Amino acid sequence: MSFWPLMEFAAWALAAVFGLYIVIDWLRTDATYSEEVLTSSREGEIEAMTEEHRVH
Amino acid sequence: MADIDITSQTMDGMGPHGTKVGLLRVLGPAHVWALGVGIVLVGEYMGWNFAVGKGGAYAALLACWFAGILYTCVAMIDSEVTSTVAAAGGQYTQAKHIIGPLMAFNVGLYLVFAYTMLEAANAITAGYLVSEVARLTGYAAELDQRPFIVLVILFLAWLNYRGVLATLTFNLVITAIAFTAILILFLSTSGVIGAGEMHHAELMAGQAALPYGWIGVLASVHFGLWFYLGIEGTTQAAEEVRSPARALPFGTLAGIMTLLIAATLTWYICVGLIPWEYLGDGVNGSVAPLFDAARLSGHQPLVWLLGIGTLFATLASANGCINDASRAWFAMGRDKYLPGWFGAVHPRFRTPYRSIVFLVPIALAFALKAPLDQVVTFSILSGLLEYTFMPLNVIMFRRKWPMGSIKRGYEHPFHPVPAFALLALCSVAFFAVFLGYGTQLVAMIIFYIVASLWFHFRRYRFVSRAAQFTMPWPRPQGY
Repeated sequence: MSFWPLMEFAAWALAAVFGLYIVIDWLRTDATYSEEVLTSSREGEIEAMTEEHRVH
Repeated sequence: MADIDITSQTMDGMGPHGTKVGLLRVLGPAHVWALGVGIVLVGEYMGWNFAVGKGGAYAALLACWFAGILYTCVAMIDSEVTSTVAAAGGQYTQAKHIIGPLMAFNVGLYLVFAYTMLEAANAITAGYLVSEVARLTGYAAELDQRPFIVLVILFLAWLNYRGVLATLTFNLVITAIAFTAILILFLSTSGVIGAGEMHHAELMAGQAALPYGWIGVLASVHFGLWFYLGIEGTTQAAEEVRSPARALPFGTLAGIMTLLIAATLTWYICVGLIPWEYLGDGVNGSVAPLFDAARLSGHQPLVWLLGIGTLFATLASANGCINDASRAWFAMGRDKYLPGWFGAVHPRFRTPYRSIVFLVPIALAFALKAPLDQVVTFSILSGLLEYTFMPLNVIMFRRKWPMGSIKRGYEHPFHPVPAFALLALCSVAFFAVFLGYGTQLVAMIIFYIVASLWFHFRRYRFVSRAAQFTMPWPRPQGY
């Protein structure tokens, strides 16, 4: 097999590895943690923690 | 509130309002710069030269500067609003806080479409570049571009999935290389180092100056946007920077300055080396003008450098687009503008992992099935709608919360001049787009009207109406 057909094959293989990693980790994460924890992120944390937004 | 230490290792990301897992605050101004410039710089390497085809070399320069003013207004307005409304979602979050839910929903859609389409266009371009390398190295058969397109999208999605710090550090390195390549090409060909190779006088004389007159200048405005399209993407990093008040204005304004330099140098190099008829034909003529300029210089190291620069600029753009589209989608999910399932954060990598995964097949579908010009046009039009929202947004922001009523990370000068200038420039750009892509413009506006009706009648009932307003601001004036 010449170089470029080999590169095409390698690209398919690498793409499959990255895709599989993502899907497996996604399913594993969803199975390990509760939905309440995963979706607990709230906007405005840093403002609530550090600033009162009053101009002195 | 003050008893919570945000530098604590054990409490990092564990904030009030019940947050157990949040996005990670690890980015600095350089990452913000890399995100904004990284998305845009591919426009210097390819795409902008259609402006030359529409109106000649001078028209492209006027379009470059016209768009430069437009985007300077965008960068200043964005720096003020987003350093104050420092949350993921960028302009979507700004619209939610300042204008209202229907505008926020539309702006969120503009963002996701603009970035996902641009990501698809970049992946198509990367596939094309690999096939060109194969052709130039003597491969006689037709290379299948699909595996390389799919690999680009999945590799960058994987990188984004694994963490924002690695993602944007990667962008910083490849964007810096791509920008440096433009500087080196300029220094090598303009006569600053060695003999000059420019032929501006010959290539821009007579009919070549303004071949289609002023209507050509107007038509070229559309593609002048390419020089800067995406710099507003810096705002999506707002929830992941260590210091939003410092990093966002610093990174965004440094970004637009970088792009103004890169755009002007790119124009100068390319029109001085490539005849306008060839340069302006981005399909059958000069697809990658900076790379072609390097080839015309005859220096092999420059050809390699600009080849690598073209590929890196393409990858940086796709990478930044995945980052931004996923943050906008995530923020909409978190507020229940979309199903709340999308508002999840990965407990280990601290990324909006479900939004990243969800947008992968959409990007793949567009990259593998849709024609490049349609994908790019849809991206530009969504961006233009977003820029039209910005002046309204900042005028309402200043009215509802006047100077001195809340802390701002950055206060942009000469208000309301940039807002009105941006509105006027957007009107001209819409007219210019209508001249070339009227059907697509009308089709897209109809699409957003239908989406708005769906949101109003079917989706709004699920929105977290009170919980979405998290900024500890005083009541807006007049309410």
